[in-house]
Amino acid sequence: MLYSNKVMDHFTNPRNLGKMEDADGIGEVGNAKCGDIMKMYIKVADGRITDVKFNTFGCGSAIATSSIATEMIKGKTLEEALTLSNKAVVEALDGLPAVKIHCSVLAEQAIKAAVKDYYDKNQIAYDEAMFKTVGCAHEHG
Amino acid sequence: MFELTGEEILFIIPMYSIGIGRCYKMKQYIYADHAATTPISEKAKEAMLAAMDRYGNPSSFHREGQLAKEALEQARSEIADCLHAKQEEIYFTSGGSEADNQAIRSAASIGARKGKKHIITSAFEHHAVLHTLDALKKEGFSITYLDVHENGIIDVSELEQAIKEETCLVTIMYANNEIGTLQPVAEIGAICRRHKVLFHCDAVQAVGHIPVDVIKDQVDYLAFSAHKFQGPKGIGGLYVRKGAPLIPLLYGGAQEKGLRAGTENLPAIIAMAAALRDACEQMSEQMRKVSALRDQLIEGLSEIPHSRLNGDRIRRVPQTINFCFEGIEGESLLLWLDQKGIAASSGSACTSGSLDPSHVLLALGLPHEVAHGSLRLSIGMELQKEQIDYIIHAVKETVSYLRNISPVWEALEKGEKAYVIQ
Repeated sequence: MLYSNKVMDHFTNPRNLGKMEDADGIGEVGNAKCGDIMKMYIKVADGRITDVKFNTFGCGSAIATSSIATEMIKGKTLEEALTLSNKAVVEALDGLPAVKIHCSVLAEQAIKAAVKDYYDKNQIAYDEAMFKTVGCAHEHG
Repeated sequence: MFELTGEEILFIIPMYSIGIGRCYKMKQYIYADHAATTPISEKAKEAMLAAMDRYGNPSSFHREGQLAKEALEQARSEIADCLHAKQEEIYFTSGGSEADNQAIRSAASIGARKGKKHIITSAFEHHAVLHTLDALKKEGFSITYLDVHENGIIDVSELEQAIKEETCLVTIMYANNEIGTLQPVAEIGAICRRHKVLFHCDAVQAVGHIPVDVIKDQVDYLAFSAHKFQGPKGIGGLYVRKGAPLIPLLYGGAQEKGLRAGTENLPAIIAMAAALRDACEQMSEQMRKVSALRDQLIEGLSEIPHSRLNGDRIRRVPQTINFCFEGIEGESLLLWLDQKGIAASSGSACTSGSLDPSHVLLALGLPHEVAHGSLRLSIGMELQKEQIDYIIHAVKETVSYLRNISPVWEALEKGEKAYVIQ
């Protein structure tokens, strides 16, 4: 099998799936041309992520990485969520095929984008360098 | 495994989050990926097993060797009959890729000697053809890639215009492996003959599925592969019109008139002949049955909004269809169908092992984001009407689920983005 059981579990039974109407922060990353778009919604109270939802257009690993990433940040402080690395996402899924690693990067970026949106909306100062996003390899030739 | 018997084996597949805890009854695993490979036919399997005892080397002069030689030539003759070729015009290879390589290399080598280093092909050939041509480009050949237009069919007048004094070869496939459209092979053959240009046809998706006649089609080379018509893997062949140049890719013994060295894979060759004979005998019945199933699929899947059938509706092989569904990605569709007991294929980037979706879908002029949402279903005789209904049901349900969780679909529905497929 191409994917680990953990990936298939999150793909077939994604956690925290769906939209959030009253989100405090929304992050959308990726583009349709590349075949992956993740949209992450967070609800924040006292600097802590109390709820998180996602919608994803993409392959099996894009859906699975989004799903596990939401689990990994739920209940965490914003600062903790920002430290979530794509490597941790890959490990939590018991690995991803090499060509799918970019999906985990996208998941990390989706979380960061949602937090950034929350900071922007609430006029909380932050270091821009923390939120650098990378496009898909398409754009880099 | 793929054949349905009278006694239906029913099992329940839980649908996880799709639907509200609903369960579906389905029959055995539905194999709808015949364009990738086909299950081996009983006749081919029996022939192969029996041929295992025909252990002699066809190159040996003793009795056992000569019995093997006889069986080899018998197989060659049967294959030639199915293609309306002469026995001595059939060469055995390891499969379609080798046959494509050898035909193209042969024509190119003769062309180069005469200073003719121009080849015409189509934009959506199989990689066995396109990558061979890439290699020839590095050797100074220039290649013209004919447009396959929105319907997935080349325009013969554009072919005729593209032929130059230096053209040594036209290589166009019979039927496309991803979308199933047929090329006007006989017209291409006539044009090439008139201009005295060699014509190679990769017929891997056609042989054993539709009538192929090398005389009527006026081809100089024609490649085929056994596992696409219920024969074994690792064996195929090349028709080479008597008088057309052929050079070896493999050097060694005198097998295949010194043009393809290596002791013949006799059991596979015998099984290939059995499979092709079987396919040719059943062809009209098979075409009628499979075409009806295909039409049922097209009709059912066309009901999905913002979907499109890729390639011409009429000019196509019976077994293969390809759809795009806007707002979703093909690999996740494929994985879900597999979960639901259906084997299919997609031209999405995620399944191609690269970042780009299939070159075939892009050649049709589809934008990347739509090409990502493609699904290929290729069916066989063993499927029943009810299984096609189940496939339609499963695809509809999965497309709807994936659209529901897709931010792209959300943007389309809200009007933030324009639909590409109306």
